[in-house]
Amino acid sequence: MRLLVVEDDREAAGYLRKAFREAGHVCELAADGEEGLALALDGEFDVFVIDRMLPKRDGLSLISEIRKRGVTTPVLILSALGQVDDRVTGLRAGGDDYLAKPYAFSELLARIEALARRVAPQAADTVYRVADLELDRLAHSVLRAGKEIVLQPREFRLLEYLMRHAGQVVTRTMLLENVWDYHFDPQTNVIDVHVSRLRSKIDKGYDKPLLHTVRGTGYMIRDGAR
Amino acid sequence: MTALAKLLRTTAFKIVAVYLLVFALFAAGIILYLGRHTQQLVLSQITETIDAEIRSLDEQYRIGGIRRLVETVERRAAQPGSNLYLVTTYSGDTIAGNLTETPNSVLERQGWSEISYRRSEEGSGTAARPSRAVVRVFFLSGGFRLLVGRDFEERDRLRQILARPAMFAFVLIVVMGVAGGIFVARRVLKRIDAMTATGERIMLGDLSGRLMVTGSGDEFDRLANSLNAMLERIEALMTGLKQVSDNIAHDLKTPLTRLRNRAEEALRGAKTEAGYRAALESTIEESAGLIRTFDALLMIARAEAGEARKGMTEFDAADVAESVAELYEPLAEQKGLHLEVDTKGPLPIHGNRELVGQALANLVDNAIKHGRPETPGSNGEIRISTGQEAGHVLLSVADHGPGIPVEDRGRVVERFVRLETSRSRPGAGLGLSLASAVAHLHGGELRLEDNTPGLQVKLVLPTTPHERT
Repeated sequence: MRLLVVEDDREAAGYLRKAFREAGHVCELAADGEEGLALALDGEFDVFVIDRMLPKRDGLSLISEIRKRGVTTPVLILSALGQVDDRVTGLRAGGDDYLAKPYAFSELLARIEALARRVAPQAADTVYRVADLELDRLAHSVLRAGKEIVLQPREFRLLEYLMRHAGQVVTRTMLLENVWDYHFDPQTNVIDVHVSRLRSKIDKGYDKPLLHTVRGTGYMIRDGAR
Repeated sequence: MTALAKLLRTTAFKIVAVYLLVFALFAAGIILYLGRHTQQLVLSQITETIDAEIRSLDEQYRIGGIRRLVETVERRAAQPGSNLYLVTTYSGDTIAGNLTETPNSVLERQGWSEISYRRSEEGSGTAARPSRAVVRVFFLSGGFRLLVGRDFEERDRLRQILARPAMFAFVLIVVMGVAGGIFVARRVLKRIDAMTATGERIMLGDLSGRLMVTGSGDEFDRLANSLNAMLERIEALMTGLKQVSDNIAHDLKTPLTRLRNRAEEALRGAKTEAGYRAALESTIEESAGLIRTFDALLMIARAEAGEARKGMTEFDAADVAESVAELYEPLAEQKGLHLEVDTKGPLPIHGNRELVGQALANLVDNAIKHGRPETPGSNGEIRISTGQEAGHVLLSVADHGPGIPVEDRGRVVERFVRLETSRSRPGAGLGLSLASAVAHLHGGELRLEDNTPGLQVKLVLPTTPHERT
């Protein structure tokens, strides 16, 4: 993936570039809003990571300008402001996701990978398949090895989100945001309990587990064979 | 700035000047109006007298001819302070009367005119000083002309009589105007000055200062009352802030110290890569906890400052209760607790769904932390219910845990306050503070009640948008 990181804090930007490279991505840096705009209009990127407070041109105005020029590349907003209203204004300006500082790098990486996947065409598929697990979004049915699995509505949405991002790490906050539409950080392991319930329904009794825990980050559905 | 310019700038001066101007104009108006009216009255009296005189003389002439007229005129003219009389022939020769030097032009036509004249004085033969009079010329039937007039002296005297008290009255009015203006201005401005002084004292840091309220209930009292209420709130906020910073200092320093100790210990003691890794992992975990606490604090602060009010929308409180219950249900089950949900929707309210959801989540989280699993003494039930009460929606979470003693209920909503009984459990002691701040943000309240046994926490939220007073 090619990433553009617009961040004025040199140390943070340098750290991000190093970490993204280690994760196998190409990362370009811009230190202010104008430079970010020039690079964003010019280069081919899969995701923009834009800090909200930037010199010369602030993050929100940068995003609006990018969108006005017809660039549809997904944007993840990074901000020291983390409250509900800030996120809403950020998304309204044309951002696709919002992450408050300080964040865990694994969280940022998971979200960027999810954003890059969002534009992929298979997002519109009606049936998701991972190994012998099959989820039909229209019929609202789940099959494992051809056998129907009965899920609660919320469990279905949880599985649907995990399967849409099959092969990618999905963090707990991503699940809370996308499945429950809450953006706060639950103090206890509520999400873990939901996931382990789901796991007991789809993985229990089968040789090959599909729903994996990614230590310190979140979860991933993938075909273990790959 | 010169003293004069300073004076001109004061509100007192402006008030007095305007007051005086209005007063003086008003007084002058009244005096002019009265004077004019009196003069007109006098003039109409004069003309009436002249008319009556002419009628009576005309009658004398009809009865006794010119001779009788002359006699009557002579007689009347001889009286002191009398009217002016003149009887002439058709050509203008004087036959009788007490008027000399009458311009012929006056006698040539009938009617009213104003002349200046000299009265022929009895005996002296010399003409007196000229004066002005109003006269009426009347043509008698035989070609004789009769003139009757009256001196303006009377009118002038009256004017003099009036002018003096009018002047006096005017001066009096002006003086009173100035005095009244100064009085009003000083009275008003003294209180404003007092308010300014209090304000300055408060700005210097004495937040306990309050404006004086006289108790008369006037505009100043109302202003002072509302400013005092504002100061009250500011003081409460400042006190809260101070308390929070004290608490932050205390409660954040502890985990920060732990963080540092671990890092130092790893540097000192760890010899293997696994040792370093473990130390780093625990450091990250500790800092994640710190960030969470910090986020919660920020959120409380912003809710208390009323900032989140911008993001308010209409939403269904029952739906929030259900989704939060649904979110926590597996966790409760894992801990051996039953999560009962009893909602009757829809319950539309105006507010911030995210914050209400988080507040409720905190309450449920607390209930799960403190609730007792199913034992002989308790059925391990946590009950989430909704209700309505006079324009308010109630979101209630009840558990059968140890509860909170009545004397501690006011204290537990404060930041970082944790009862000794729960010190050993995880949590920063911010859950109830956030719930309380969210309730206040919406103009509602957080009620802590006994669930015999256990605790029932009610989030009371108004259904309609709330204007903070």
